[in-house]
Order: sequence, then C-alpha cells, then structure tokens
Amino acid sequence: MSVGDYIRDSQIWKSIFRHPAPTDRRNRVVVMLTNFFLHLHPVSVKQQGIALSYTWCMGGITFFLFLVETVTGVLLMFYYRPTLEWAYNDILALRDVTTLGVMREIHRWGAHAMVISVWLHMYRVFLTGSYKPPREFNWVIGVLLLVLTLLLSFTGYLLPWDQLAIWAITVGSNMARATPFLGHEGPGAQLLNVGGFDLITNASDARFILLGSRFVGESTLNRFYIMHCVAIPLVVAGLIMIHFWRVRKDGGISQPL
Amino acid sequence: MAPAKKAKVEERRGMLAAIMVTAVALPGIMMTPFMIASSLLTAWLGLASLMVARFMLPNVLAEPPRKFKIGSPNDFDLGTVATRFVASQGVWIVHTDQYQGKNMIYALLSVCTHLGCTPSWLEGEQKFKCPCHGSGFYITGVNFEGPAPRPLERVGLRIAEDGMLEVDKSLKFQEEMGQWTDSNSFVEIA
Repeated sequence: MSVGDYIRDSQIWKSIFRHPAPTDRRNRVVVMLTNFFLHLHPVSVKQQGIALSYTWCMGGITFFLFLVETVTGVLLMFYYRPTLEWAYNDILALRDVTTLGVMREIHRWGAHAMVISVWLHMYRVFLTGSYKPPREFNWVIGVLLLVLTLLLSFTGYLLPWDQLAIWAITVGSNMARATPFLGHEGPGAQLLNVGGFDLITNASDARFILLGSRFVGESTLNRFYIMHCVAIPLVVAGLIMIHFWRVRKDGGISQPL
Repeated sequence: MAPAKKAKVEERRGMLAAIMVTAVALPGIMMTPFMIASSLLTAWLGLASLMVARFMLPNVLAEPPRKFKIGSPNDFDLGTVATRFVASQGVWIVHTDQYQGKNMIYALLSVCTHLGCTPSWLEGEQKFKCPCHGSGFYITGVNFEGPAPRPLERVGLRIAEDGMLEVDKSLKFQEEMGQWTDSNSFVEIA
C-alpha cells in the first residue's frame, strides 16, 4: 500500500473528505457539492463561461485582488499604528527595517489594480448586456461594490499619514461640504434650521461625520483606519457573497439566457 | 594519458547532464498534471507560510535599551533605595551595608518572585511590599513574609569607563543560587 493510499484510508482524511478521488463524472460532482469552498462554485460551467475573450475574467481578478488585499492588509496591521506619533514612522519602518515589508507595496499596487479591474469588469458587463433582467439586481449590488472599492481606496490613502495623504483627504473630503442638505455649504442646508438655529453646521455635517473633526486630524486617522480595516471590508465581503450567489441564481456566468 | 583523461571528464559531464535532465523530466513523466499542480500549490503554500512567519519577527524593537547609565555612585546615599528608575526601567538602586556587612550598591529587579507584580519600597518600614499578595522583602532583597518563595533578583551593575554606574538588565543574579557573590552583581563602595 502506497503512502498516498494509507493517508486516503485514514479516519482523519475520510472525516474531512467524504468521497473518493474525483476521477469520474459522478465524483467530480460530489467533490463540488461536499466541499465548503468549492460549493460556492457551480458544479458545471458552460464552455463559453470560461472564454476569456467574453468575460476577460475581470470579476475573478477583482476577487483575487480583494483576497490579496485582505491577506497583505491583515499582515500590515501587525506593524502599523494609526496614531499621529507612529503612523508615518511605521510606514517608513516597513520599508527600512521589516523583512518582507514589500507587503506594503503589494497592498498599494494591488489596490490600484483592483480599482482598474473593477471598472473593467463593469465595462465588460455593460458591453455584453449582462445588466439586463433578470440580472438587474446584481448590477445594483455591483455598483455598491464599486463605490465601496473606491471608498476602500480613499480611506487607505490617508493611512501613510504623509503630506500627500493629509492634503488629498482634505481636498477629497471638502466635496462633502457641498452635499445637498447634509453638507453645511450644500444646497438646502440652510433650510434645516429650527427656530433660527442651524442644524447643519461645519461641526455637524456629512464632512464632520467623515473626519471626526473640523479638519483632517488624529480622529480622522482613527476613523479612516477603522473604516478601511474593519467596517468596509466586512460590508464588501457580505455583498461579494450575495453578488456571487446571484450570478448563479440569475442564470449563470456570462451567457445568453 | 591526456586523451583518456579528457574522455573520462566528458563521460562524467554526460552523466551529470543525464541526471539533471532526469531530475527535471522525471516528475513530468511520472506525475499527472494534477499531481504537478498540487505539488506546486503545496510548495507555494509552504513557502508563503514560512515568509509570513518571518514577517512576524521584527528586526527592530522599540524597547528601552537593556544597558543604561544611572549616574555617579555619589548620587546614591548610604541606606537609601532609589525608586526613580522603577517606572521606566523596572529596577531599584539600593545603597546599603546590611548585606553581609559590606558597603555596596546593587540593582534589584522590581518584579515580585511570587507572581511577577511590582512591589513598593516602604521607606517607613524599610521593606519592599508587594500589593498583590503581601510578600515582603528586606532592603537586601531577601524575602521574609508572604508567599514569595525566594529573594528578589539582582541585575548587572558595574562602574563604566567614565566612572558612572551602568545597569545591565541582560544579566540576572539569584541569591538562592549563590550568584550574589558575583562581582558583576554589585559595586562595592570603599
């Protein structure tokens, strides 16, 4: 008996994999159905579904990049402290003294690539008309995922806490001043007052909630850190699950219905 | 002689090339594409795990240095316990003549030998008292009450080249192991 047979006959192996090797059609189906990770994938895919010329694999590449960002991001959190005293220093230390600190460059380039690939994915879905019923709901989920990807990029941009980061977020968040009704310089904000008392001021509008103060400071760094590392990724992971599930429920990947 | 030697070298070269070709080609012949793919995946996962493990080991520590100067021996009067280094470095500097009748300065680690709390130096009672479980130590560092099983530990102390006292926390001296006689564990004052 070979070592491989010995391992496959052991109780440990059989308790995890409850089927023989996927050498025939039936067992290949069983493998897909009994493995938690593989069961997210359809049991069978139409040949056209894996045609690169049709899908560009842009959704898959976007998801792969999301996984890369998650893994490298979690590792970077071990060396990064979101405080005025340490943030910039920790970023420099990643480059100067941390073995495999290149993880930070991978995280940054992966983020740029993800923004590009998510746009191209959307463009492809538009070109192939894959937003049409019954897939219109999944298009909306996709638009939310696009916005959240851009927000991840935006919040991550502040974390190095260099001059570029601080002023980019200062400029970027100034746009929130002009939010209709919710920005203190936006249209309609002056209508929201009670007895001559303004409800929307520069200390209570959308920009203030985003920054946690009147200007980009330590509370902004803390808010963006939590949004970048915890809040947005959790929402994105949930929406990705719905997005993939709806791809299967709404007629499978990229094919005419 | 020369041509035969050359032939032998060529034969060896041929064999070496054959071994290298086999080493590369054999897996290709013996293994199915699935086996090759899963071997590569396993190898890559193994390498990635090693790299992650290495990443978790920092090359630079933001800890206070283990060796530090604390001033001249004249700064520490006989019969006193200096508590000003406890918060930053975790050591008391003691100048006393109560241990074996010798006039000496030594550095005691402010870590209780019971469960590791930080005792307090009580000037009025002339003892180190641990707030956690009530262990008490004389000014010499020897335990006399409470659950602590052994005296406080000394760390290294010496007179540096510039005449200043230098503490070295990488050295540790335990009384019950007879290490307090070590000349690195105290500085004798003439």
